[in-house]
Amino acid sequence: MTNIKPNSSSHKSDPNRRQVLAGSAAVAAIGAFGLPVGAQTTAAPAASGAFASLGVPHIRRDGAEKARGGAKFAAEYSYPGMVYGALVYSTIARGTITSLETAEAEAAPGVVLVMTHENAPRLERPEPFYSSPTGMAGSSTPVMQDAEVLWNGQPVAVVLASTQEEADHAATLINVAYEEAEAVTSFDVAAESAQTSFYAGRDLLIEEGDAETALADAEVSIDLSFNTPAHNHNQIEPHAVTVLWQDGILRMHDCSQGVDLSAITIAKVFGISPAEVHLSAEYVGGGFGGKTVWQYHILAAAASQLADRPVRMSLTREGVFRICGARAPTRQRVALGSDREGRLTSLIHTGTTMKIENNSMTEPFFEQSEHMYRADNMHLEIRAGTMDMLANTFMRAPGAATGTFTLEVALDELAERLAIDPIELRVRNEPEVNPTTGRAHSQRALVDAYREGARRFGWIPRSGQRQGYREGEWQVGTGMAAAYYPYKRFPGGAARITLNGEGGALIETAAADMGMGTTTATAAVASERLGIPYDAIEVRHGDNTLPGALIAAASQQTAAIGASLTAAHEVLLAELASLVPATSPLHGLPAAELGTAEGALYSLADPQQQIPLVDLVALSESGTVSAEAQGGPISEWTQDWSMHSTGAVFTEVRVNSVTGEIRVPRITAIYDCGKILNSKLAESQFRGGIIMALGMTLMEGASFDERNGRVMNPSFGSYYMPTHLDVPHIDVGWTDIPDPQAPTGARGIGEIGMSGPAAAIANAIYDATGKRARDLPIRLDALM
Amino acid sequence: MNPLTYEKATSSADALERHDGDAAKFLGAGTNLVDLMREGIATPTRLIDVTGLAQGIEEQSDGGLRIGAGVSNTAVADDTTIRAEYPALSRAILAGASAQIRNMATVGGNILQRTRCSYFYDVAGSRCNKRTPGEGCDAIGGFNRAHGILGVSDSCIATHPSDMSVALSLYDAVINVEGDQGTRSIPINDFYVLPGDTPDIENQLNPGELIVSVDLPAPSANRRATYRKVRDRASYAFALVSVAGSLIIEDGLVVDAGISLGGVAPKPWRATEAEAAIVGSPPIEETFRNAAQIALADATTQPGNVFKTELAQRVIVAVLQDLAGDAQ
Ligand SMILES: Cc1cc2nc3c(=O)[nH]c(=O)nc-3n(C[C@H](O)[C@H](O)[C@H](O)COP(=O)(O)OP(=O)(O)OC[C@H]3O[C@@H](n4cnc5c(N)ncnc54)[C@H](O)[C@@H]3O)c2cc1C
Ligand code: SF4
Repeated sequence: MTNIKPNSSSHKSDPNRRQVLAGSAAVAAIGAFGLPVGAQTTAAPAASGAFASLGVPHIRRDGAEKARGGAKFAAEYSYPGMVYGALVYSTIARGTITSLETAEAEAAPGVVLVMTHENAPRLERPEPFYSSPTGMAGSSTPVMQDAEVLWNGQPVAVVLASTQEEADHAATLINVAYEEAEAVTSFDVAAESAQTSFYAGRDLLIEEGDAETALADAEVSIDLSFNTPAHNHNQIEPHAVTVLWQDGILRMHDCSQGVDLSAITIAKVFGISPAEVHLSAEYVGGGFGGKTVWQYHILAAAASQLADRPVRMSLTREGVFRICGARAPTRQRVALGSDREGRLTSLIHTGTTMKIENNSMTEPFFEQSEHMYRADNMHLEIRAGTMDMLANTFMRAPGAATGTFTLEVALDELAERLAIDPIELRVRNEPEVNPTTGRAHSQRALVDAYREGARRFGWIPRSGQRQGYREGEWQVGTGMAAAYYPYKRFPGGAARITLNGEGGALIETAAADMGMGTTTATAAVASERLGIPYDAIEVRHGDNTLPGALIAAASQQTAAIGASLTAAHEVLLAELASLVPATSPLHGLPAAELGTAEGALYSLADPQQQIPLVDLVALSESGTVSAEAQGGPISEWTQDWSMHSTGAVFTEVRVNSVTGEIRVPRITAIYDCGKILNSKLAESQFRGGIIMALGMTLMEGASFDERNGRVMNPSFGSYYMPTHLDVPHIDVGWTDIPDPQAPTGARGIGEIGMSGPAAAIANAIYDATGKRARDLPIRLDALM
Repeated sequence: MNPLTYEKATSSADALERHDGDAAKFLGAGTNLVDLMREGIATPTRLIDVTGLAQGIEEQSDGGLRIGAGVSNTAVADDTTIRAEYPALSRAILAGASAQIRNMATVGGNILQRTRCSYFYDVAGSRCNKRTPGEGCDAIGGFNRAHGILGVSDSCIATHPSDMSVALSLYDAVINVEGDQGTRSIPINDFYVLPGDTPDIENQLNPGELIVSVDLPAPSANRRATYRKVRDRASYAFALVSVAGSLIIEDGLVVDAGISLGGVAPKPWRATEAEAAIVGSPPIEETFRNAAQIALADATTQPGNVFKTELAQRVIVAVLQDLAGDAQ
């Protein structure tokens, strides 16, 4: 077993070199790096010592605070007179509330308010994602405005009481009667009227050539179907908010992934200006796409308004399952046709997923099929049916999590039919340019990742024969798959840089840190950009009064922050230029000819000409120098380049021949994600994603009872995720080649770990047992 | 959770005296009871903590062991005599829950823990005959992967979730209880009752009766025993199927066999007919296969748990073959 840790050595590496991965030490390259190629025109003084920030495995800035219990989360803020909220959830999927008996609850000890649709303030419908540039809600379903019930689990009453226990108890005393209406809670029924859907502003339909005919004519072809279930978010911190209306301001301590957009969305619901909402989320205990705007925010604020009391609303785990959506179920078809050499002549990836009437979120599970392999003909299409269920939403690697499972299992099956090694088949179909857009890759070294992964894992090439073997009761096999996640950068990023008189800087940006280390990475990027020691950089984030409207989603926040810092740095250079005294040789140089490094402003043309930043700051009137700017246009990925992260995942699997139990003793994954800004954070992100994917593959799934649309496993006791014993040593590495088009050279690392392991495990299961598993989760009864 | 009072009993007599009716409940470590209270399934208004009572594990004059009802699961599993003489019990406990829960959970509470049927847990949204007799059973026709295939009825298909009790059943443990009417000893294999059409009644305990200890009969010489649990992840999951098995082999023939199944029935399922079919036969695969078939002959499955019939048979065979192999 390889036990090489990618951060076990550190040396200087050449950002230009295309060929890394000569060995694990090269993969581990994390030395003091210059700025990425393309982002820098003239050599700056080499970063060294305290000034070396990018690539250094700084420990998480919030780590000690969290370990000490000092970090304050949304449900840990208190105000005088604060009361606690509890929710009552509907038990039918669709219908009308005919009566609500609340008297007993109202009379219960400690109760301050019972709110139902009968007394709730009148509110606008929330703006869901994609309905407007700032929509941050899971759905546009009205929040407790009428007697209509639209999903099983919808909040029908809010109880406020002096303690959480009193609120919880009083909530059980409320009796709700319904008149049930016919509900669509069956996938099959909803699939009958599914329509070709759209996602993020485009139709989920791509046709190139005639894929069906090419499939029929192909020398070799396969045609497979897959099922994946709905999942639920299970962040370690259940959703919570503490709310206070004070002096005309709605103050919210939230656990948001995007404080600004949350504040705007909530402001619109209450018909107030976004400036009247102050929403912060300094610490967020995990997001994964689920910490957006859900009904509890609005219910807490509405109840707080009605009761005229500060309110803390902390959802139970069941509450998260009932009212905060997650990944939708899918049925997918992947059909591949190829010639005998394995060149794809047809790639079909189609299928059906589910959404609700009041959202525009269609699980985009064909995205990797668009970008990963060249194929002469393609048909990619996703149809969405609507069901009466909780709004589905983003969940770590939307689309790619299940889409790479199906595509990469199909490639494995094709490789076997062709008697070609699965890596070789992928290499033969590696596209020169983006297969659907024709754009050039900004940077792509997937083949290197395959090779290095194979080397580190000890991959045995195969040509149509299983390599699996038996060890006592255990059948042992190996499998591999590619990983994929797109680069994105959303507009709206902004940052303010303020230099102080002690040689330090304050960075302010409304970004979110859900535990992945945003502040740590931001400080490193700023340190590198400004030439100010990492420890002298303070980062403020997670507050909508700070610059920018960022969202920590789609693995794009680091790029958005990087672009904002670059822009703010340019403005800062102009500010500094205006302070340069007439006696200095730097006087009169335009900002474009200046840079900052090692605590000084210097001339790009003649780096020896410098003025310490502290001297310039001392010359300013306020004693600080401040600059704020928005990140530049996002055309690098929307118009100019094909920008995608990829990876290669290898697994060993053991399947018990008596019981079908599956164990995964070994995983190796090599990623090509551009520059890795902090190896420690990156390793955690990759490993975390892989563990989550392991859960998705082997155990995770919402028990959605199609008889009444109720989720029947809303707890950690019954919704299985991996335990420590399920998780093996995970060997991760990366190519570490900066993407010249990405603001910091980094493309984002948060989600790609979720893509790849499912197929690699399923392929290894086949290698071990000869059984193909095409439905998730793959549990022991499928292999008995 | 409804308002309640908490008090700690100082002796079993004190506990019995404090228990003054349906609204009172004995509290072990609370790892199950408190969950049930949070979910609104159990609604006691008076909790009588009995964890301080009956702490020891003592050897008896007949060579057996007496385990106090308040002993923690971990203490039982770690006990050197139990590990040596009753290995299936130690293994069964260690296969259950998590280290943290086992450190807290008591023997009495483990025996009396209630089913993990998710419809039973869903007070607000599901029908359950065990919670509300006569209302219906939503597990039938719903998600029933965790549910039983032996001893179940049309009104309830829930399983008893304990691992420990499966091993206690293998060892023919006896449960000692105290109540207003004095003390009784009930063999564990008679202690649990099948659901029939009263799934709300789960065992022979009368209201207010207290479990004080569990007796393990003296160990038999040359008896080999083990416990094997199959579940949906490597740890911290209830059994889909578990088997506590034992064999005594003399002169190439099985002279004593024990099979108790977990995860498949409303109680630890002692497969007595299958055991009888093994005794007198050679310890070979065919013998065990035949016995496994007998053990599962009466299985009635649901769409979600059809696999359990085959799985249980395979695990029975594997466990017995392991024991036979060990004996050679
Ligand atoms: C997440 C989770 C996973 C678990 N996994 C497993 C598993 O894999 N396998 C397994 O076997 N178990 C498992 N358990 C269950 C665990 O073993 C039980 O919760 C525990 O044994 C109960 O013991 P306790 O002392 O906490 O009982 P309590 O919760 O205190 O009591 C349980 C019941 O017993 C009654 N009671 C307690 N003591 C006495 C007494 N002396 N006399 C009369 N009545 C009494 C109580 O009134 C109550 O009705 C799991 C539990 C959890 C929460
Ligand atoms: S199986 Fe038993 S416990 Fe579960 S719902 Fe049915 S009656 Fe209730």
